[in-house]
Amino acid sequence: MCGIVGLFIKDASLEPKLGQLTSTMLATMCERGPDSAGFAVYGPATKGRAKITLQSPDPDRDFAGLTAPISKAIGAEVSLERKSTHGVLSVPAGKVDAAREALRTGHPHLRIMSSGDVIEIFKEVGYPTQVASRFDLSKMQGSHAIGHTRMATESAVTTMGAHPFSTGPDQCLVHNGSLSNHHNLRRDLIHDGMSFETENDTEVAAAYISWRMKQGLNLGEALQKSLEDLDGFFTFVVGTKNGFGVLRDPIACKPAVMAETNQYVAFGSEYRALAGLPGIDAARVWEPEPATVYFWER
Amino acid sequence: MPTVDLATTSLRELNELLHKQGAGTNETQWEILNPKGRHAVAVGVDAPLNIDIKGPVGYYVAGMNKHANIVVHGSAGPGAAENMMSGKVVVKGDVSQYAGATGRGGLLVVEGNASSRCGISMKGIDIVVKGNIGHMSAFMAQTGNLVVFGDAGDALGDSIYEARLFVRGSVKSLGADCVEKEMRDEHLDLVDNILQRSGLNGVKPKDFRRYGSSRKLYNFNIDNADAY
Repeated sequence: MCGIVGLFIKDASLEPKLGQLTSTMLATMCERGPDSAGFAVYGPATKGRAKITLQSPDPDRDFAGLTAPISKAIGAEVSLERKSTHGVLSVPAGKVDAAREALRTGHPHLRIMSSGDVIEIFKEVGYPTQVASRFDLSKMQGSHAIGHTRMATESAVTTMGAHPFSTGPDQCLVHNGSLSNHHNLRRDLIHDGMSFETENDTEVAAAYISWRMKQGLNLGEALQKSLEDLDGFFTFVVGTKNGFGVLRDPIACKPAVMAETNQYVAFGSEYRALAGLPGIDAARVWEPEPATVYFWER
Repeated sequence: MPTVDLATTSLRELNELLHKQGAGTNETQWEILNPKGRHAVAVGVDAPLNIDIKGPVGYYVAGMNKHANIVVHGSAGPGAAENMMSGKVVVKGDVSQYAGATGRGGLLVVEGNASSRCGISMKGIDIVVKGNIGHMSAFMAQTGNLVVFGDAGDALGDSIYEARLFVRGSVKSLGADCVEKEMRDEHLDLVDNILQRSGLNGVKPKDFRRYGSSRKLYNFNIDNADAY
């Protein structure tokens, strides 16, 4: 089944509560996907700095003394904030690619979850409420967040198989459903220079969107194009640095409910994910139409 | 009047309480508070109860209902009144996918919109939707009546059997073997009767158009293979 939640804040006064609200929403979706969970949080930016979120199967070993060799390799100061099995590496904005390369060659045990100016992605195997609490989701702040509770169908229950998938700077995608042409699409995307970390169908969808955006399409256009090229069942929720999008396939079997107020736009696989949001009783609540792109930016 | 607050009472307790009510019960008025999108609220009721659910519910509200009159004061998730046998279910807000699916009797009234697959495989239920209905509605509908004040989405009545579909607004497209049919006096009477029972006024039976099966696909004929 999988459960998706998303919260895109329009009124900045709600930003300090982003993590708390997302955490409550995620908890309601445990039954839809109890094997693993993950979330992307678009937090505050630091001028001139970018973030790379890392995961390690052995964080004590891998994170201790990581900053010195990376600093040396890229010729600039870096810092690391550890959160459980994840660490958020702060690097100068222009040095993201160099830092990723230094990590890839010098620290192959580390997995890169995301990189960008504001995005941080945390994901692990386990019951979703436990995953959320080990990363202190409820204390996080920011402009928008997307969470996912996974019931694995297309690939193994592993940390890397959990959602969200991030295949471009500040981009992420979560998915409820299954794609039927992901093998062919993967081959085409690899031919065009995209790379993959897992056998997961959702990673192909994420990479497809990133690939389209690299061609100059905005997120809305990239999502529209995906209706022509992706085959299967899907409800997607995607995030960009300042945007939030939703798309369902033309059959639209996979559930989706949205709510909008002056303060936020929210997404849930079920209404109960939205039931605790402030002002929900007066919100506009609707079910997104099939094959229709919904997209907000700020 | 029993009031059950789902903030403090479990869903299982609620449904057990409702299932204990027999045909002659004195506790006929029920109020359910704080459903907050929970699934399977008031499912399997088999007594002439009046149940008011004060807020939005999740999947399968009032499923398999028999005899009860259930009103949802909010919206409902997928499968509202699925496989209803008799009684009446009113949803004041919108309903999600496959509302009234496989319903064998009774009346489902949706005062908002219904999304896709409304009345899929309906088998005798009457469904009235004040707003619009989504794609693939009344797919394989067998008997019963679907009355829609607004518009219908793609592939209305695909592979329909003998159910009757009445739509006042536009129909985006008709599914396989579904055709528009003449609105005769008996159909005007039928719609009038359903409208009166639904409590929704302000429309005239003659404003509706009737759709049903052209019965080409009842028996397999190789010449019709493309139509399936």
